[in-house]
Amino acid sequence: MTSPENPRLSREDVAHVADLARLALTDDELDAFTGQLADVLDHAADLDALDLDDVPPMANPFPLVNVLRADEPGNDDVRAEVLAAAPSVEDGRFRVPPVLGEAP
Amino acid sequence: MSVRSTAAAVRAGERSALSVVEEHLAAIDAHEDEIHAFNLVLADESLARAEELDRRIADGGDPGPLAGVPVALKDNLCTRGIDTTCGSRILEGWRPPYDATAVERLAEAGAVVIGKTNCDEFAMGSSTENSAFGPTLNPLDTSRVPGGSSGGSAAAVAAGFAPLALGSDTGGSIRQPAALCGTVGVKPTYGRVSRYGLVAFGSSLDQIGPFAATVEDAALLLEVIGGHDPRDSTSIPEASPDLLGVLGQGVEGLRIGIITELMGGPDRAASVEGIADDVRARVEQAAEALATAGATVEHASVPSTIYGLSAYYLIAPAEASSNLARFDGVRFGLRVDGDTAPEMNTATRTAGFGDEVKRRIMLGTYALSAGYYDAYYGRSQKVRTLIQRDFARAYETFDLLLSPTAPTTAFPVGERTDDPMMMYLADVCTIPSNLAGHPSMSVPFGTGDDGLPVGVQVLAPALDEATMFRAAAVLEGAAP
Amino acid sequence: MSDQALIPGWEVVIGLEVHAELATVTKMFSSALNRFGGEPNTNIDPVSLGLPGSLPVLNEKAVELAIRVGLALECVIQPSVFSRKNYFYPDMPKDFQISQYDLPINGVGSLELPDGRRIGIERAHLEEDTGKSTHVGGGGRIHEAGHSLIDYNRAGVPLIEIVSAPDMRCAEDARAYVSELRAILVAIGASDGKMEEGSMRVDCNVSVRREGTAGLGTRCEVKNINSLRSLGRAIEYEARRQVDLIESGDEVEQQTRHWNEDDGRTHKLRSKEEAYDYRYFPEPDLVPVEPSDEWIAEVRAALPMLPRERRRRLADAAGVEPSDTALTVERGMDDLAVDAIAAGADAARVLVHIANNLADGVGKLTAAPFAALVAMETGGDLTATQAKSVLADLVASGGDPATHASTHGFEAMDTSELEALVDRLIADHPDDWAGFVGGDDKERKKKAGFFVGQVMKATRGQADGRIVNELLARRSAEA
Repeated sequence: MTSPENPRLSREDVAHVADLARLALTDDELDAFTGQLADVLDHAADLDALDLDDVPPMANPFPLVNVLRADEPGNDDVRAEVLAAAPSVEDGRFRVPPVLGEAP
Repeated sequence: MSVRSTAAAVRAGERSALSVVEEHLAAIDAHEDEIHAFNLVLADESLARAEELDRRIADGGDPGPLAGVPVALKDNLCTRGIDTTCGSRILEGWRPPYDATAVERLAEAGAVVIGKTNCDEFAMGSSTENSAFGPTLNPLDTSRVPGGSSGGSAAAVAAGFAPLALGSDTGGSIRQPAALCGTVGVKPTYGRVSRYGLVAFGSSLDQIGPFAATVEDAALLLEVIGGHDPRDSTSIPEASPDLLGVLGQGVEGLRIGIITELMGGPDRAASVEGIADDVRARVEQAAEALATAGATVEHASVPSTIYGLSAYYLIAPAEASSNLARFDGVRFGLRVDGDTAPEMNTATRTAGFGDEVKRRIMLGTYALSAGYYDAYYGRSQKVRTLIQRDFARAYETFDLLLSPTAPTTAFPVGERTDDPMMMYLADVCTIPSNLAGHPSMSVPFGTGDDGLPVGVQVLAPALDEATMFRAAAVLEGAAP
Repeated sequence: MSDQALIPGWEVVIGLEVHAELATVTKMFSSALNRFGGEPNTNIDPVSLGLPGSLPVLNEKAVELAIRVGLALECVIQPSVFSRKNYFYPDMPKDFQISQYDLPINGVGSLELPDGRRIGIERAHLEEDTGKSTHVGGGGRIHEAGHSLIDYNRAGVPLIEIVSAPDMRCAEDARAYVSELRAILVAIGASDGKMEEGSMRVDCNVSVRREGTAGLGTRCEVKNINSLRSLGRAIEYEARRQVDLIESGDEVEQQTRHWNEDDGRTHKLRSKEEAYDYRYFPEPDLVPVEPSDEWIAEVRAALPMLPRERRRRLADAAGVEPSDTALTVERGMDDLAVDAIAAGADAARVLVHIANNLADGVGKLTAAPFAALVAMETGGDLTATQAKSVLADLVASGGDPATHASTHGFEAMDTSELEALVDRLIADHPDDWAGFVGGDDKERKKKAGFFVGQVMKATRGQADGRIVNELLARRSAEA
């Protein structure tokens, strides 16, 4: 797929990604962010000029493979510190408001 | 006094670590209010640590090559039991249960952590104005920004608060503030320094690196923190390079290329925008200095570097959008309550993140979302391949490359805060090294028309920090 | 079985996604323990909690176990890459799951069912498990909970997800597939396969089509299946639901559905349109995994015998079809059977004893006395009933079958004694004898049963029924 026909994203697009990212925006913020993000995407339109069909994507800059660790227990006992610093804990577990619904 | 000689004096018992630390705490006391380099000054802790080091030395021990040397840490490096905020409300008061690998290595080398430095929130920015705890100002001119995102670390070294500092560099966040504050700043090869304990921004781009007043001090610090770490899967399986040993070797016979595309000037069509004339003039002067020292200096073309900024501002936000998902109010940091878990997540993130972070999270979420992945994230990762190939081609002819570090000298506080795209352009020369995973460093080389420092960027192929440091040492010696 | 349509006129098409926790000591990406149960949040460290700054490092054993699974399922083992699957959920510490997406370590393969049919495997990839949420208040029901509590002990436990092709056609197929898969995973030491502890979980894709048509219908994915029994029930319910929809003129909507054990129904979780945008991208904190040919060969060489190989080995030894050995292999008694047969025991008797008399395990029974027992039985020294009783002694206390037999007072009955007894019974029951000699097959069978019963009664079960039948047949031919 190449760039979408209209690379400038809409207010609705921004509202959608804010929702996906668990961010709440006011109407004013939505307007401002839409303009700013569209500026960045417009700048990125210079990439459209490149012929990248036969170019592989690069995920890791330094090519390593098979970086593995032995299946041996460590001693990073952080339980007390982590639970003490957590926003809310009950019976050694992290307490949150009702989750409502399964994982997607 | 160089870090090496300070440490030598402390190790020899000629000078106490305590006096070294006290001297720097005094400097902080005197000027920190004007600069705001730190989010946290560890006065009591660093004094206690210095006394402990002095006792060890008195007992015949040797704490190591950084004995008694104060080091300032960017506040996105995890320090066990010590606040690590990343310049964000969402982590205010968070104390990690572990130390970053780089922090452990500092401790093993006898260094003294003197404080946690201010930064753009989650390292996202080029001016340190995006910190939730207020901006850091440039010690050389407090009406100017210190650059960013590691502006606090750059300012701490420039102001004499600490001889050494660590920062992180995702698109220029060490080199650009180093240039703007007149210090040396190094981004090592991706994988040279362990990222374990560095709060991630763009995982495939992030590197920890040193700030120092001199090339030698920076070399010493990189030797200490570099080398393989089994806790980071992307850590290069090699020992830390010997840098101090090669510093004096000069550049005789080296082939050095000035990157045309990062110079602006008469042939603007093939170059990135916005390179100031005074900056370009200093880089040309630096090139002459290298030639005088025996290097062959020519123009070099790395054509795809002009696409670096666009690719970077899709890749880094994409990775950030995922890296920053965990700040959800469940396990650590800020929680703003809500009736349901999703509402709590949203309330927490909305209150806890600043605008620049939100912008990049949304941009990155968009770049990865269904229907846009190929067009944005996918294409950008291909551009990385192009950039790496172009660099590889250039390095067939040249040992090192040269460019400005930043397009301009330090800009006025507030000038670019309302124009994100304008702010992003500050990284245009530094980004290509991050995309390629190559080392590069900024060396101060004179000043611009405004009397503020200009940094020259020395770029090297992967793993060749040694040659890069040789050229940096020559530039340092020849700087006007 | 597949030739019995669940719903006349309709064919059900089933594909399964099985998640199995791998039997490692530590988690997939950190050195925290992979351990079931225990106090909440005890098997945690910075990585498995997703603390800022922590980084994953892949457990070599998890990769090795994945390769074992790939080899056992005859998959293509290939270079693989981990990706991030992004979604917010409190039991997911990083709010993304590290999972292999477009480049799984194991590509296409297949699984052979005990009856010899093959079910295609599309892939078997590595991913990390989530923590566990407990919903407090509202009777524990998720939609009415007052709040939720999260335990991350399970977070980061290595999982292998095995995705089958849509090759199954009925609930029985699906159950057979899961049983066989579990047997394989346990045999190769990849997983303990405990569905009740959640270390093996099954999601099920179900669609229906009219018999004789080729295309696939719209499928629904059914989640929350916690036992083989619920798997069958869920498939049958879901298939009927889809057929009912189509027959009443509606269409099946592509949905993810939740199996509710209590009401025996599936319930809609979400439709395809509401499908979540996971924003997969390559995990930048990990590097590709490319198992070398040497490593794969090493793992292959160390692979224990698979259930299908055990079935074939026993079938060869016993001279039967592999499907006839399924039960023996399932009970883990094929080594015993093979060894007993090798020691000269009659294969058919060995398999019969295992099927009928060893359901509760072999206890102290070993191959040599087992073979000796079967030899006594086939040699006429023990009747079937006596053999069963000696077998029970061998299971309970080991030892030698002859000793147990004499302790019971089991003596081989002299054939002449038996002949006399049979002759006397024939004389005492002339009508029954006439029925045996002159009756049709059914009558003859019935009367044979009568005479054998009388002999057993008179001998308190010590006579060999086989020999009695032979005597009856001989006398009848002489008559």
